[in-house]
This record gives sequence, structure tokens and C-alpha cells, in this order.
Amino acid sequence: MKLIHLIPLISLTAAAYAAPETFDFKDPKGVNNAVFKLDAPLESVNGSASGISGTVTFDPANPAATTGKIVVASDSLTVPNPMQKEHLHSAAWLDTAKYPEITFEVKSIANVKTDGDVTTADVTGPFTLHGVTKEITVPVKFTYLKDKLGARVPNLKGDLLVIRANFSINRDDFNIQKGQSEDKVADEIDLNLSIAGACAQ
Amino acid sequence: MKRILQLLAVLVLVSAGIIWLATDANRGWTKTSVMVKTLDPVTGIEGISYEKKFLPGVDFLGASVVGAGVLAGISLFFRNQKQTQPKTETKP
Repeated sequence: MKLIHLIPLISLTAAAYAAPETFDFKDPKGVNNAVFKLDAPLESVNGSASGISGTVTFDPANPAATTGKIVVASDSLTVPNPMQKEHLHSAAWLDTAKYPEITFEVKSIANVKTDGDVTTADVTGPFTLHGVTKEITVPVKFTYLKDKLGARVPNLKGDLLVIRANFSINRDDFNIQKGQSEDKVADEIDLNLSIAGACAQ
Repeated sequence: MKRILQLLAVLVLVSAGIIWLATDANRGWTKTSVMVKTLDPVTGIEGISYEKKFLPGVDFLGASVVGAGVLAGISLFFRNQKQTQPKTETKP
């Protein structure tokens, strides 16, 4: 075999190891979730959102170059109390009919630290909620699971990227009942994002 | 009628208390579903789903107290039934 015949093979192998991968976060297993918590006098309001989609391009060799956008469908926000859920979706609060998406886009990454398959970083980008966009910085943990897609979705080969983030926002900043009802529901909203994206090969 | 309404009021209060105690005595708001967490073994993510379950809270207790109060209140508009005692004839 001539050396020239090996060049495409070497190039392909090199590309497979070096190229950034694009992970799709639309989860067919329905495991991806964003949990939110607001303090309230009787009991805290705990709920979750499951309508998560978006893509993230991640290069395990260069996590600082990560780009992407995560979208949460506003109407997928759920709380166990039906009246609270109705209020949450209503025009007075999130107005999910008018603002159907909550988004976060990666603009820049700082303080990148990688230990094995785990990378931690501070991700900065525009966060849009209730039609208001504000730039925020979120501490994010990326876990790159090479060749693990098959363990989750049979007959598929590929990699998984798990993203975890815990951060807080203030509803006042996003014009959600600004300065109102603070005796009923706290201004601060704790958010906990746990999502896995797949990159099939 | 007065007696029936008062008994109903007590029945509403007692049954609400029993239901509340039997369903974990939830001291929060009433819930119609509960969060169930399941661990995804590959990613380690705790998936969240909701299971339909009625979990009465303090608002349920409050509504029961109000309901019982209304029944008891309505009962006040009814007069006590006069008990007619049979006349006893005195034998000479």
C-alpha cells in the first residue's frame, strides 16, 4: 500500500479526534430538565421544565471554544399545584403565550478547567426570559462521555455531553411582576439545569 | 333539619381532617401531582416526571373549615324541633 493511500485515512482519524462536535439537546428520553425554586411564605414554589432543545458545539480538546444555545419551552414549566401553574403561565407572570421560549446563548467562556472528562467554566451570554434579554454569567460543568450514546440509545453510536448549571436570577430583572407580590413570592429564582446532548456518528 | 346540617358540618370537618392526615399531612398548598425523580444511569441526570396524586394542603383544610362553618351557620336559621311529650293522664 502506497503512503498516498493512507493520507485520507489519517486525515479522517485526525478529524474524528480533533473536530468539535455538535450536540443536540432534544432528548428523546425526556430526562433533560430545568428545575426552578422560588421562596414563598407557606412553602417554596418548586417546579421544573422539560421542553428543552438547542445545540452546543463542544471540542473536548478545546472547551474554551464552546458555542451554542439552549432553549426551554415556557409552556413546559410545571408545578404540582394546578392554580400556581395557571398563574405561572398567565399574562401576569410569564405570559407563555406571548413569550414561548426561554433561551441562553454562549457568547464567551472563562476560567476553563478540565480534569479528565469534566470541564468547569464560567459561561457568559444573553439570557432571554419574558421577552427581556440580559447578559449573565453562569458556572457550568460539562461532562464529555465519549462513545456513551449507544448505552443510552441502542443502535446509535456517538458521544454524549452532560451540562449542569446552578445559578440564580431575579424576576425583577426580567420584568416579571417587577416590584410586586414580593410578600407572596421571592424576587430571586434558583435555577438548576441538568441536560444531556447527543452527537451521533 | 338543624340537626342534619350540624351533623353534616361535623362530618365535613372530621372527614377533611382524616383525608389530610391520611395523605401525609401536607402543610403546603394542595397538589394534584407529585414530582418523581428517576436517575439516568448513563448521564447521572435525575429525570423528573409527575405522577397524578391528590395531596390536600392547608387550603383544603381551610376550605373544609369554611364549608363546615357555612353549614353550621345555615343550621342557625332553623328552629329546634319541639318535642311533644305525650300527656300523662293521672288516674283518679
